[in-house]
Amino acid sequence: MKGAIVWLLTVGSLVLSSPATAQERFSGIGRTATPAEVAAWDIDVRPDFKGLPKGAGSVKKGQQVWEAKCESCHGTFGESNEVFTPIAGGITKKDIETGYVASLMRPDFPQRTTLMKLSEVSTLWDYINRAMPWNAPKSLSVEEVYAVTAYVLSLGDIVTTDFVLSNDNIAEVQKRLPNRNGKIKWSPLWDVRGKGDVTNVACMSNCKQEMKKISTLPDHVRDAHGNLAEQSRLIGATRGVDTTKPVATIALAGRVVTLAAAASPVVAKADASREVTNTTNAANLAKKYTCTTCHAVASKLVGPSHAEIAKKYAGNVAAVANLMNKIKQGGSGVWGAVPMPPHAAIPEAELRQLAEWSLRGGR
Amino acid sequence: MSEYDSNKHKTGRIQRAPENFLSPTQIVDVQNGRREFLRGAFTSAIAAAGAGTALVSAAQSGSAGAFEGDPNILNLPEHSTGLGQPVAAVGYGSPSKWEKNLQRRESPGLTRVSAGSVSFAPLQGFFGIITPNGLHFERHHQGWWDIDPSKHRFMINGLVKNPKVYTMDDLMRLPSVSRMHFIECGANTGMEWGNVAVPTVQYSHGMLSCCEFTGVPLSVLLEDCGYDKRKGKFLLAEGADGSGMTRTIAIDRALDDCFVAYAMNGEMLRPENGYPLRLVAPGIQGVSWVKWLRRIEVGDKPYATKDEVLHYVDLMPDGKLRQYTSIQECKSVITTPSGGQTLLDKGFYNVSGLAWSGRGKIKRVDVSFDGGKNWKSARIESPVLSKCLTRFNVNWQWDGRETVLQSRAIDDTGYVQPKINQLRAVRGTRSIYHNNAIQSWKIAASGEVSNVQVY
Repeated sequence: MKGAIVWLLTVGSLVLSSPATAQERFSGIGRTATPAEVAAWDIDVRPDFKGLPKGAGSVKKGQQVWEAKCESCHGTFGESNEVFTPIAGGITKKDIETGYVASLMRPDFPQRTTLMKLSEVSTLWDYINRAMPWNAPKSLSVEEVYAVTAYVLSLGDIVTTDFVLSNDNIAEVQKRLPNRNGKIKWSPLWDVRGKGDVTNVACMSNCKQEMKKISTLPDHVRDAHGNLAEQSRLIGATRGVDTTKPVATIALAGRVVTLAAAASPVVAKADASREVTNTTNAANLAKKYTCTTCHAVASKLVGPSHAEIAKKYAGNVAAVANLMNKIKQGGSGVWGAVPMPPHAAIPEAELRQLAEWSLRGGR
Repeated sequence: MSEYDSNKHKTGRIQRAPENFLSPTQIVDVQNGRREFLRGAFTSAIAAAGAGTALVSAAQSGSAGAFEGDPNILNLPEHSTGLGQPVAAVGYGSPSKWEKNLQRRESPGLTRVSAGSVSFAPLQGFFGIITPNGLHFERHHQGWWDIDPSKHRFMINGLVKNPKVYTMDDLMRLPSVSRMHFIECGANTGMEWGNVAVPTVQYSHGMLSCCEFTGVPLSVLLEDCGYDKRKGKFLLAEGADGSGMTRTIAIDRALDDCFVAYAMNGEMLRPENGYPLRLVAPGIQGVSWVKWLRRIEVGDKPYATKDEVLHYVDLMPDGKLRQYTSIQECKSVITTPSGGQTLLDKGFYNVSGLAWSGRGKIKRVDVSFDGGKNWKSARIESPVLSKCLTRFNVNWQWDGRETVLQSRAIDDTGYVQPKINQLRAVRGTRSIYHNNAIQSWKIAASGEVSNVQVY
């Protein structure tokens, strides 16, 4: 403490912008940390292994710890995708040679595992030491942390199954990490004065709009986040949409309630990652062939709702064939005087999808 | 939800006041005190309204043309005719029971473990720029705790002359600052890189909050410990939670405007937000605002922590991972109206939203009502502060036709918020983090607002 004051007074004019020393200004506040206190908390390990305690642990020992404390969440081989994203997988022998994980370049590759992304072995050691196991962090011994780190590395064949990881050889292991060269320190997003890598111009009128790529949420996931009517305020300029009901097709037009002119011109972008259900297919067909202009799922528009159709023909074994014919030929009389026009151009398979879907009540 | 079923609470549903049907000459007459014709004016208004959307009171009056007025006005309610509740009936006040729809919510399927998850703030219900403490978004890496503040310690060590320990008493005796800043998770809007994925602004932009934080500047504390000004280039901030959350902070950022905060919006931090101490790192992604802060280490190299190497890294199209991408670039979003809502009717709306930049102040916000073809500058509401949310408003007459609304913010560096295709052209669709694209809301003819991507 005394030494610090002398040091500050000596060089104060060079390093301090304020006239008084810190100690003078804040007397009685805080105290010097003891070496034991610093040792208890200063547990971080840097990429240059500063902070790494001396020690060693084998893959074999690591497997024992893993099976007792890690496997239930991460799977026997670190492959589990149940509780957390997988630790192992996605790397090759060639990646270990090049230091670049080739599967990270593939947009179709399903997962980004820990070993695919890991650029510093110190990160793995530090995190296991400070945060694992999930429900008992900081409970592993130094040997156990080395051992579990070694076991994880063995899952990617970065070390052999008879390997013993230690503070002496960990730098050698770093040289075999599959993604050791796959990182960029991107300073434009680190420095507050950096220039961004994406630019736009503030055009004000007649701006270029491609309007080619349009992405929307598919109707069948419209209630995936619950009923949105219950997630907005009950007063004000808007209300939450009742997502327990189908998409509204009635236009708001002041006092005169009219039907929307046609199906929405906004086309859902195909999402390859999501399985498209029969229902979605049929609903899209209904839009494509403008069935939605006259028929809604639950409410009567010009023609009957799909719910009404389903109810009327429930249990009728000939209903699909009859309805296919009806869609194709058109007609009137069953539901009232307004005729339904013929739809001769709809292919047989799509006619069947539409008829079956309608008889399911549009679900 | 029965009590709060929106269908049962249409009290705010716009039914035009009879005044709207007055002609300019009639309005002048009213202003001059000539009111005798008003009954007649009401009668014609009812007749014009038509059966479909008849005024509430017309149906109740039993005969068209006998409009006496709104029953909410004519029949005095209980709260005007009875005795209300006493003071301190609730020791710590809560929002009105009518506001229960506004809650922090998880996005289903986003994460699998709720102790390592996120809850989104309901931006669609916020006014101004301050986030109510109970609705501040949450992100925990290994669960949250309500720590006994008398036992919490804060340590500074590493490249310092004198490693020190502070109690909360110590910290709260030191010179304090109170500053308003936004906090945004680096993964905010991350689900939307590839395509539209979530329905409302709560889920698309709700990893965003803004508070007035109070605490002690890191510059004061680092000075107090005699940090090494020549070698000290980086700080490690470390949390006291199970994850021992750790992030590297550049020392120039730390000395500029970072501080250790114990308070938000006039009260102590909420436990979910790091009680009793967290780091405030203005402009930098939320993960660096380490909660339950127990230690700052001064060092000469970055630390490559788990959340700098494995997460919060931006995957580029060439397979490289950008690390240490920390600054939250300029961004904005319209919150009223926004996805998953429906407009009540055609006519006038105050379109309102939020803009922010991790590099400084908001200079301008433009709003488009035609999907980005034409733009109009919005009103910027005060205060306009550096690295803080800024509220914008703009008038709009909706003609009832389908259209797309967008907002575009510009910060005081001149940076213009980009379109999603411009971001994708540089960063691909797999980078997860730092999506600051212009948000598009489609307004359908039905009044329903939905999340779309157009450019």
